[in-house]
Amino acid sequence: MKEIKEKHAFLMRWTHWVNFPVLTIMIWSGLFIYWANDAYGISIFGFTLIKFFPEWFYKYFHIPHRLAEGMAFHFLFMWFFFINGLLYISYTIFSGAWRSLLPNKNSFKEAWQVLLHDLHIRKTIPPQKKYNAAQRIAYSAIILMGAGSIITGLAIYKPVQFYWLCWICGGYHFARIIHFALTIGYVLFFVIHILQVVLAGWNNFRSVISGFEVVETEPAIKEQETLIPNNEDNESNRPR
Amino acid sequence: MKATDQDKIKKPLSIEEKIKRRNFISFGAFIALGGGAAAGWKWLLNSPEENAGITGGAKAPLRKALNKTEVFFRNFFSNNHLVKTYPKERAAKTVRVNSLIGINNDQDFDIGTWKLEVKLNRLESLKIGIDEIKALPKTELIFSFKCVEGWDQIQHWGGVKMSEFLSHHKLDNLAKKNYMGLGTPNGDYYVGLERDSVLHPQTILAYEMNGKPITNDHGAPLRLIIPVKYGIKNLKRIGVMSFSDQRPKDYWAEQGYDYYSGL
Repeated sequence: MKEIKEKHAFLMRWTHWVNFPVLTIMIWSGLFIYWANDAYGISIFGFTLIKFFPEWFYKYFHIPHRLAEGMAFHFLFMWFFFINGLLYISYTIFSGAWRSLLPNKNSFKEAWQVLLHDLHIRKTIPPQKKYNAAQRIAYSAIILMGAGSIITGLAIYKPVQFYWLCWICGGYHFARIIHFALTIGYVLFFVIHILQVVLAGWNNFRSVISGFEVVETEPAIKEQETLIPNNEDNESNRPR
Repeated sequence: MKATDQDKIKKPLSIEEKIKRRNFISFGAFIALGGGAAAGWKWLLNSPEENAGITGGAKAPLRKALNKTEVFFRNFFSNNHLVKTYPKERAAKTVRVNSLIGINNDQDFDIGTWKLEVKLNRLESLKIGIDEIKALPKTELIFSFKCVEGWDQIQHWGGVKMSEFLSHHKLDNLAKKNYMGLGTPNGDYYVGLERDSVLHPQTILAYEMNGKPITNDHGAPLRLIIPVKYGIKNLKRIGVMSFSDQRPKDYWAEQGYDYYSGL
């Protein structure tokens, strides 16, 4: 029998979807700014593995000579990024939703098992609630990264007025490096995130828009489930 | 017929109907708001450029946002917030030259006859020679000069504190106006600075670099060093100084950059 199972709260869904275009615009305008002093790359023993970014990349995305425009967009959309993030974090704290988000003592061990399962090396997956252990870690990390972008961003935006913030971030240079690295992190996160969403399927994707998943249950189990309080980690295994 | 209608209303929705209904509402809202966001983005991208004036070159809504953001962040400005300073040894020996606007296009310029012109009002001005400026107490500053492009360099500058210069020449009252404007002798490069930043204790009229007179490319004989601003505001080879309550014209603000450009 089909049953509607509530999964994602309204605020979680909307802050998620607002964040997507806003972060995209922040990365896009950030590239305009970064281009004006594109100092970073990855090299090992003096051999450059990756240069951020090659000329073809700049050309393809029409990046060069748009610093002023980039700053104007960046310093408008930073407000939306900040307010939206604040809204999500406040909601997560006050609603108690952090309980199903933050990693717990077993998460780090279990995340490994989740990884092996997702790579089809291991057959079973540890029992989970809303998020599995790997998701708990990844989704908590991405929120921390967002906070990191705000903090390092502010440190390089007003390094004199917020000198203490700049100091906490390890100075102007290091703050700019973190700010950049976090952005690369978002892109990597995005790739894996999309892959996982595709693999998880329609039911999971829909839940981030409509808030619920449709689950198949036996009537007997349904009764049982409603009786068990919903705050233990040993709930039955089910698709994400 | 009325009876059947009531029956329909009273009958609880089946699971399938509930799913359908909630999907319809949430996907409808999602698509509507997504469309709205796309339309808003298109509007912003197609918004007209601001009217060229004191500022220019930015899309009108973005300029508005820059100005509003300035107002917000000026709340955090304090003359007690000092830029980090470094020991002399850390200063760059080869100081970066990024731009020569206002310097390289001035054949008439003669450093020997140079005087700083301070406009007192529409008719009168004060002419101050370099020796008069050098006679004032010298302040040295070794700090990381920050360019709007994103690079920075530790540089060593020496000169007179702007606030001391102003009070020595009894310009305090004029300096109470909201803005100071500075321009090169040929008028090719010019900046506007709000009072707070002008009076910041680390804002100096510099005539020395690395302990020697400033070189031509760095703005000899006198340039502005204002660590609470990006390099674009650190005008080289000052010719004219003026005061106003409205924003004076500003070279880079005319080209889409934030007028404030404060750090």
